[in-house]
Amino acid sequence: MVLRIATAGSVDDGKSTLIGRLLHDTKTVFEDQLSAVEKASTRYGDGSLNLALLTDGLRAEREQGITIDVAYRYFATPKRTFVVADTPGHAQYTRNMVTGASASDVAIVLVDARNGLTEQTRRHLFVASLLGVKLVILAVNKMDLVDFDEATYHRIVAEATAHAQALPAPVVLNPLPISALLGDNVVDASTNMPWFTGVPLLDLLETIEVPGDHNVGARLAVQWVIRPYSTEHHDYRGFAGRLTGGSLAIGDLLRVLPGGQQSTVIGIDRGGVPQDTAQPGEAISVQLADDIDIGRGDVLVAVVASEAPIVTDRIIADISWMVDKPLETGSRWIIKHQTRTAKAFVSAIELRHDVATATHSPAESLGLNDLGRVHLNVSVPLVIDNYDRHRPGGAAILIDEATGMTCAALMIRDSE
Amino acid sequence: MTMIDSGTQATPAEIKQSVAELEDEAITIIREVAAECRNPVLLFSGGKDSAVLLHLAAKAFRPGSLPFPVMHVDTGHNFEEVIKYRDMLVEHYGVKLVVASVQASIDSGRAVEETGPRASRNRLQSVTLLDAIAEHKFDAAFGGGRRDEDKARAKERILSFRDHFGQWEPRAQRPEPWNMLNAKIRPGEHLRAFPLSNWTELDIWRYIGIENVALPSIYFSHRRTVVERNGMLLSVGGPVTVEPGETPFEETVRYRTVGDASCTGAVRSTASNVEEVLVEVAAARITERGATRADDNFSDSAMEDRKREGYF
Repeated sequence: MVLRIATAGSVDDGKSTLIGRLLHDTKTVFEDQLSAVEKASTRYGDGSLNLALLTDGLRAEREQGITIDVAYRYFATPKRTFVVADTPGHAQYTRNMVTGASASDVAIVLVDARNGLTEQTRRHLFVASLLGVKLVILAVNKMDLVDFDEATYHRIVAEATAHAQALPAPVVLNPLPISALLGDNVVDASTNMPWFTGVPLLDLLETIEVPGDHNVGARLAVQWVIRPYSTEHHDYRGFAGRLTGGSLAIGDLLRVLPGGQQSTVIGIDRGGVPQDTAQPGEAISVQLADDIDIGRGDVLVAVVASEAPIVTDRIIADISWMVDKPLETGSRWIIKHQTRTAKAFVSAIELRHDVATATHSPAESLGLNDLGRVHLNVSVPLVIDNYDRHRPGGAAILIDEATGMTCAALMIRDSE
Repeated sequence: MTMIDSGTQATPAEIKQSVAELEDEAITIIREVAAECRNPVLLFSGGKDSAVLLHLAAKAFRPGSLPFPVMHVDTGHNFEEVIKYRDMLVEHYGVKLVVASVQASIDSGRAVEETGPRASRNRLQSVTLLDAIAEHKFDAAFGGGRRDEDKARAKERILSFRDHFGQWEPRAQRPEPWNMLNAKIRPGEHLRAFPLSNWTELDIWRYIGIENVALPSIYFSHRRTVVERNGMLLSVGGPVTVEPGETPFEETVRYRTVGDASCTGAVRSTASNVEEVLVEVAAARITERGATRADDNFSDSAMEDRKREGYF
């Protein structure tokens, strides 16, 4: 199984160096990439091999020695395949942490051992919690710069553990002391920290168990209706989309939402190949026994679903605001939820999350990088789930009609 | 603990499953863009990535037909085998083919031919591509780009926004939480869609093997007359002429990528089928672009610079 990892940390906590180290020590780095990095290290540094340059690919990043944008890296060991989203630590780019965390099983949060927990660390832990990333690896980095001191490490871990208690949803903290620069506890166990009895980071990543998705019953948000109009397939109507929530089989009874009609599954195709059943994650098309008006945006839901979705045009959601233009009560946006695009009106801003203290306060508006909770009126009914119960049914984005920019990520919690 | 081990230690069932998951993701992206955009087009170079892309696009709408045309940006510097292969596929899938010609851009003065021994038409393709997108009013173009290809590509979104000038601005990209795609654009702007974003070169070859995707013959070992230039083997004939001091020789080679014939190098190889290529790819110590693309070895940010100008 592929393990999806998001990395997060403040500027200079050594994220890119850590990823560079993982790629380098797992021999994923190719010779020409390494020689390009060697050349660039001379140009942008003191000449010693700068592993951060493996991931900081844009010219501005190399010149400024920072990471600007989420970069995706792929590496594999005999035990597992990994996708790493390297997310920038700058305060103004917190939206990238949200983006990285949204599709991740595990978050690696880096802390500079010299600085301890910063507001950024607390923010990253908060984002992981809000986005439902339940596994967090707290990597206390730069241990070489604090003489591999055990007490320093334990103080930071205790502080992080205390903060984790206050988070909106529980996260499991897996702490470990490392030096990304020197490689201590990254791939090989550190000889400088005999007091640490845990396994190195790579071993942890190879063995960590990801809890399975909650089974709410089959859901299929219709993307596209396949109508061949050929003589051979004259009456064929396939409702295409990605199955989520639970498995599906021929003979299952589905309800069309928001319409409410029901029909039986008489055919399932995956990539044009007929099959009797389908599993969550598969891109399929479904044929139904009855001729019902179904289009893009409608959701097919198992009638015997263990948890039924809510059909509503009033939603309450946690929100990550991602652009300079503020979010204000009464403002209008485009909302995209599953395959449905509609208009949304902000009826209320309930609160702003204070990420440093894991508390919240009232808010008139939300600005760039703010996390809060909003109430939205939507122009058409949506078929929603609580984000923590069924992610695809609880996730949405807001788009600015004027600029086309994606402005927010929404984690739907309830209907109003 | 190396890539070589990882390539061979996974069981066939595990490999099939991981490739099937990538297929599900790619088909979901293709359907989403087709549904959200008014007039998309699939960019087809004749290379293995675009072959996989076309194969996936056909599967996404089966038993229906492909709801968008295919476009080949023709540099005029082609491998003969690739053009034959392109025409065979167009016939096989019954798709509409649009050919955008770099030669026509040069003839009309829109693009100026590079000169010198390192001249290629690779960079000129951006002009032809953007003109064709404007002419046909395409609002989205599917490409076979992968994030593992290059450090600039590693930063690119699945659905990548291009402004009125066709430019990519890496600092102003649209976030894609949960891989949710925002296809909202204004007139004159367009999108590039990369359904293979999360595939690696190894995944591509595994998929080709499992799905029996047909490829141009030059991907497999054959004898060819080449010259060695800047550490690369370039096929003699067509746009590549022998420079003073170079001696052409015969070699058993294959191509790891297919691009403009003037700057795409062959690698020494005896791999004559997909299984043998897979062994070679798993053991490779040089990236495919590093090994075979003169254009990317120009500078540290060659790909970023070309992408900013509107390249694939």
